[in-house]
Amino acid sequence: MMELTELRKQILGVIEKNSKIDIHELSILLGVSELEIANEISRMEKEKVICGYHTLINWDNTSDERVNAMIEVQVTPQRGDGFDRIAERIYNFSEVKAIYLMSGGYDFLVLLEEKTMRAVSQFVSEKLSTIEAVRGTATHFVLKKYKDHGTILTEEKEDERMVITP
Amino acid sequence: MRNPLSDVVMEIQPSGIRKFFDIVSEMKDAISLGVGEPDFDTPWHVREEGIYSLEKGKTFYTSNSGLKELKIEIANYLERRFHLHYDYEHEIMVTVGGSEGIDLAIRAMVNPGEEVLIPMPSYVSYLPCVQLAYGVPVVIELKEENEFRLTREDLLAHITDKTKLLILPFPNNPTGAILPRKDLEEIAKVCVEKDIFVVSDEIYAELSYFGERHVSIAEMPGMKERTVVINGFSKAYAMTGWRLGYVCAPEMILSQMLKIHQFAIMCAPTTSQYAAVEALKNGDEDVVKMTQSYNQRRRYLIHAFEEMGLECFEPYGAFYIFPNIKKFGMTSEEFATKLLEEEKVAVVPGTAFGQCGEGFVRISYAYSLERLKMALKRIENFIERHQR
Repeated sequence: MMELTELRKQILGVIEKNSKIDIHELSILLGVSELEIANEISRMEKEKVICGYHTLINWDNTSDERVNAMIEVQVTPQRGDGFDRIAERIYNFSEVKAIYLMSGGYDFLVLLEEKTMRAVSQFVSEKLSTIEAVRGTATHFVLKKYKDHGTILTEEKEDERMVITP
Repeated sequence: MRNPLSDVVMEIQPSGIRKFFDIVSEMKDAISLGVGEPDFDTPWHVREEGIYSLEKGKTFYTSNSGLKELKIEIANYLERRFHLHYDYEHEIMVTVGGSEGIDLAIRAMVNPGEEVLIPMPSYVSYLPCVQLAYGVPVVIELKEENEFRLTREDLLAHITDKTKLLILPFPNNPTGAILPRKDLEEIAKVCVEKDIFVVSDEIYAELSYFGERHVSIAEMPGMKERTVVINGFSKAYAMTGWRLGYVCAPEMILSQMLKIHQFAIMCAPTTSQYAAVEALKNGDEDVVKMTQSYNQRRRYLIHAFEEMGLECFEPYGAFYIFPNIKKFGMTSEEFATKLLEEEKVAVVPGTAFGQCGEGFVRISYAYSLERLKMALKRIENFIERHQR
C-alpha cells in the first residue's frame, strides 16, 4: 500500500478531475518542480495507484446509442477461491465495464455497456446466467445519467454573480 | 423645504466600485475578474440544511445574539482552527455579514472626534463607518515595498493622543497581503503600550496560503481584551448571499454592540443560521478543497504575470492579486477602462480602495482556471500593446 503524502494527494486531486493537464501546468498549480511531479506520477502509475487516464463521454449527446445496465448477480462462492474466481470469469468479458462485490441482498454488481438492449439481454441469458456458480440475476437498465464520475451531465451553470463587487 | 439630509451622510463619498460597476454592466460579453466573492456554490449539505430548516418551519426570530447552537459551534471552530478562546454566551454574537460587525464595532467604540487608524488600500466600508460614528478616519498608506503589510513604524507615525482604534484588515482585500505572526507581535506591543483598541477584520482568515495558518492578533498577549474579531461565512464557505457573519469581543464591548444590533437588526436571518451550524459542524473538508483550488489559481496567475512582465508582489491571502501598472503611464482608472474597452476584461482600479491604490489594479481569482486563462490571454495582448 502506498503512503499518500500531501503532494500525492494534491496531484491526484487535480488529475482526477482533469487527466489532460500537462506536467508543466501541474507544476505551476502546485508550486513544485516538473521533475518532482513527473517522478511522483510515474511512481503512482507503477504502484497502480493511477490505473489509467480515461475520458468521461456522454454518449447521450451523440448520434450513437449505448445501453447501460446494472445487473445484480447472486452466486455460490467456490471452495478455496471464494468470489474471486467467479468475478474473474465475469470481468474478462469486454462488455463488462465494472464489477463490484457487494454487501447485502446480492453478491456482484455488474455494470454493462452495450449497443442495444438485445445485446444486454443476450449477454445476461447466454453468458452470465450460464456460469455454473450464478444462481440468479436481476437486470436494471439506465434510463438517464444525471451525474457520472462526480460530474453533473445535465446542465451548464452560468456565472450569476454581479460583474463587480467590493 | 429644509434640507432633509444629514451633513455627515452628505460628506460620505459614494463607493468607487459602484461607478465602475455601471460601466462594466453596460459592456456585453466582457470577462470579469472583478468580483469579491467565491465562485463556488455553497456546499450542498449546507444549502440542504437551510432548506430543511424551512421545511420544519423554523422561520422565527432567533435571540438577538444568534442561535445558541451556532454560537457554540463558532466557539469550537475558533478554538479548533485559530486557537482563539471565546465564551459563546458572553463573547460571541452573530451578525448580518462581517460588514455589520464592522459597523457595530466602530459605533460601539468611537466617540466623536476620536481617531481611527485605517490601513489602506482596504475594504471600502471602514472609512464611511468611522465618519458615520463622527470619528476621525486617519489613513495609514500601506506600501508595496512592504508587501502592503502594516509595519510598526507606519503605525507609530500615525498615533496621536486622540487615537482610539486601529482597523486591522488582514488577509487583505484588495491587495491579498497577510500579516504574519512576527509583524502581529510588533503591532500588538504598540497597541498595548499606547492603549489602542483593534477591530481585526478576519473574514478571509481561511484563505491564507502562507506556511502557517492565519494568525489572529487576538492570540497575542494582552490583545484579547482589546480586540474585536470580525469573521463570517461568506468567503470561507462560499455563503455571501446568506449574509451571515459573527463578532467576538470581550463582554464589555460585545454587550454594547449587541444593543445596537438589537435595535437596528433584531437578529441575523434564521435560515442562514441553521445552515451555518451545518457548515461549521461538517464543512472543514469543503474549506480545504476550496482553499486548495484558490491557491492553485493564485500560483498560476503569479506565474503568468511574471512571464508577461507584469510586476506584482506575491500575495498570500484572500483571492486577489494586486499588480503594479505604473509603467504603463496610465492611472488605475484609465488602465481598467482601457482594458475593458479594448480587451473586454474587467478589473477593479486600485483607487476604489483608497487613493493610495493608485498605480494598481485588483484582479480576483475567484474564477475557474479556464476563465482565468481566457482573461490572461487578453491581458497579455493588452500589455504588449501598451508596453513602453
